[in-house]
Amino acid sequence: MIAALIAEIKPNSTWYLVLAALLFAIGTLGVMVRRNALVLFMCIELMLNAVNLSFVALAKEMDDINGQAVVFFVLVVAAAEVVIGLGIVVAIMRKRVSASVDDLAELKG
Amino acid sequence: MLDHIWLIPALPLAGFLLILLFGRRLGEPKAGYLAAAACGSAFVVTALVWLDMLGKDAEERTKYLVMFKWIPVGSLNIDAAILADPLSITMALFITGIGTLIHLYAIGYMHGDPKFSKFFLYLNLFAFSMLMLVMGENLLVTFLGWEGVGACSYFLISFWHTRDSAATAGKKAFVTNRVGDWGVMMAMFLAFSAVGTLSYSGINHAAENGGISTVTATAIALMLFIGACGKSAQLPLYIWLPDAMEGPTPVSALIHAATMVTSGVFLMTRMGPVLHASYEWAPTIIATIGAATALFAATIAVAQTDIKKVLAYSTVSQLGFMFLAIGSGAYVAAIFHMVTHAFFKALLFLGSGSVIHGMHHEQDMRRMGALRKLMPITAGTFIIGWLAIAGVPPFAGFFSKDEILLYVFANNRALYVVGMVTALLTAYYMTRQVIMVFFGEAKWKDAHEEHGAHGDFVPHESPKIMLFPLVVLAFLSITGGLLQLPFSKDLHFLEHWLEPVVHHSEANIKGTWAYDNKYLLLLAAIVVAAIGIAMSVAVYAKGKAKPIEPKVLADGWYYDRAISGFMGGPGRKAFEGVAMFDATVVDGAVIGTAKGVGGISSVLRKVQSGFVRTYAAIIGIGAIILLAWFILRGVI
Repeated sequence: MIAALIAEIKPNSTWYLVLAALLFAIGTLGVMVRRNALVLFMCIELMLNAVNLSFVALAKEMDDINGQAVVFFVLVVAAAEVVIGLGIVVAIMRKRVSASVDDLAELKG
Repeated sequence: MLDHIWLIPALPLAGFLLILLFGRRLGEPKAGYLAAAACGSAFVVTALVWLDMLGKDAEERTKYLVMFKWIPVGSLNIDAAILADPLSITMALFITGIGTLIHLYAIGYMHGDPKFSKFFLYLNLFAFSMLMLVMGENLLVTFLGWEGVGACSYFLISFWHTRDSAATAGKKAFVTNRVGDWGVMMAMFLAFSAVGTLSYSGINHAAENGGISTVTATAIALMLFIGACGKSAQLPLYIWLPDAMEGPTPVSALIHAATMVTSGVFLMTRMGPVLHASYEWAPTIIATIGAATALFAATIAVAQTDIKKVLAYSTVSQLGFMFLAIGSGAYVAAIFHMVTHAFFKALLFLGSGSVIHGMHHEQDMRRMGALRKLMPITAGTFIIGWLAIAGVPPFAGFFSKDEILLYVFANNRALYVVGMVTALLTAYYMTRQVIMVFFGEAKWKDAHEEHGAHGDFVPHESPKIMLFPLVVLAFLSITGGLLQLPFSKDLHFLEHWLEPVVHHSEANIKGTWAYDNKYLLLLAAIVVAAIGIAMSVAVYAKGKAKPIEPKVLADGWYYDRAISGFMGGPGRKAFEGVAMFDATVVDGAVIGTAKGVGGISSVLRKVQSGFVRTYAAIIGIGAIILLAWFILRGVI
């Protein structure tokens, strides 16, 4: 019965878009509530990948290869961003005890 | 030779650079000889160019030489270009020629001066600037030279800057000239906006073909005339020239008599077509100011007691004559008078320098007298200069002055009367000077005690190196009239020579009464000169009448004092008011803006809390708001 029900379920692109929205929301929430710089990074990656997922889903839905092509660009940018971002984080960690972003407020107005 | 015209300004520049680097090591007198050689070789090159030009047809006598692109900015395209044509070569010939003579003279005159090499440094820089001024192909190159000669004039007037009066005189010359420079700059701006070029050929071509409207042409011509008033010491800006006599006498001869002060006349001649294209009253203004200056300065010269001040006011007066010629359309006559004036006025200044040298720096004519026996060559040459400026035939000044008066008579008889009165006064005060200095009783005998330390003081003749230029200039003062003799059309050598460049306007006065009766005018000029000389002889040599030298004339009609009074009193108050306006209103607006921005930003910077997560939240909220807006608008 359950197997039949599961067989009935035909995942369409809406599902993937919903999943992407959930992932994005989790990422956003994480950026807002967490203080550790490394965790912030992970959350940003999560948001980027949520966008990637929605790109792929919509490309399939609209039968347009461009959406999948954009994903590669996002991946490259994300990789570059991580390299630089982690470099900065490591440099900060050498000077300070914590990796909390709240302590980095020298430019406060 | 025409391809090497760049050598003419380059040689004095090379002399300047050499003295700049090695001047002190060369010392006296080698630095002087080097400077004289630099100027002399420029003269040789100019003479060769001139001979080359003479061998060519009139149309082929113009040579442009672009040295490099100076300012290529969009439609503003200015080349550092020089131009050799009959006009600029005429100017260059007498600048380098007289310049060389004065360099030689200065070697003797500046003997023993601690700043000997520096003096020649400035002289060579001056020669370079002056040559750039006359040989520039466009207004900007000319302006470069214009400012250069102004700066050199300032350096040389205040050459003995430890003397307070010299320092002040230099400053006065500089400041007064700035007023004139403003006019030249305005003329340049106007010419550029009207024609789109600054080159003489471009502007003059446009002016001849109606490319410049009458209003603009008038404005350009009058702005240039303001510049000329500053540089060439015309009313109301003449005040710096008499004070400029604080400089060493060779400077007075070269810069403040022969060359620099004539650059205003040169500029007006160069831009003659623009003056032609302006309203008819524009030349009349120039002629009137010229005549007024000529008469005004001549009346002051009558009562001066300083040997150089007489000559200074005389220079102002003669420059007035040249502008009278320009305003009457007699460009050739103006250039002719400029050349002969350069000969005889340089001669008179150098002669006065020789007297000052021989009298151990005494400049007061009341303490001179009977010097002809002690300084025979100086006296002889000075007398030739006197006859030339007084308008005695056949000396140079007679012909040039008469040529001007001929045109003035044809154009405006009232100004002719002013010119004749000035000529009479010129003969009068120059005779007075000659009598006071070289004739009469020797008054230096009882004056020498005040000098102290000289023991038996006897004025002495100057060294040969100072007398040589005097003799050459005296020769030129006698023969200068040959350049342009009035008797026949074939004898108008200068006019034919300048024909391709300068508008000559004999056609304009042909058929007038003056042209048909020019020999009568010649006769009138001789009679007037004779009356002036006779009056002066009667007063100063024979003592038949008491000299009329009212204090008002000795003090220059109190013009100087009026200006300092005005500038020190109401003028100063007015400028203080302007300064106050600047400090409160203009600065207030600027500072107020800055303070307002600062105030707003000190409120706004509170937004920068320093918490990354707050920023992220704000970005998120912003994104949501934007999204909501797009959805509600129905865009998505």
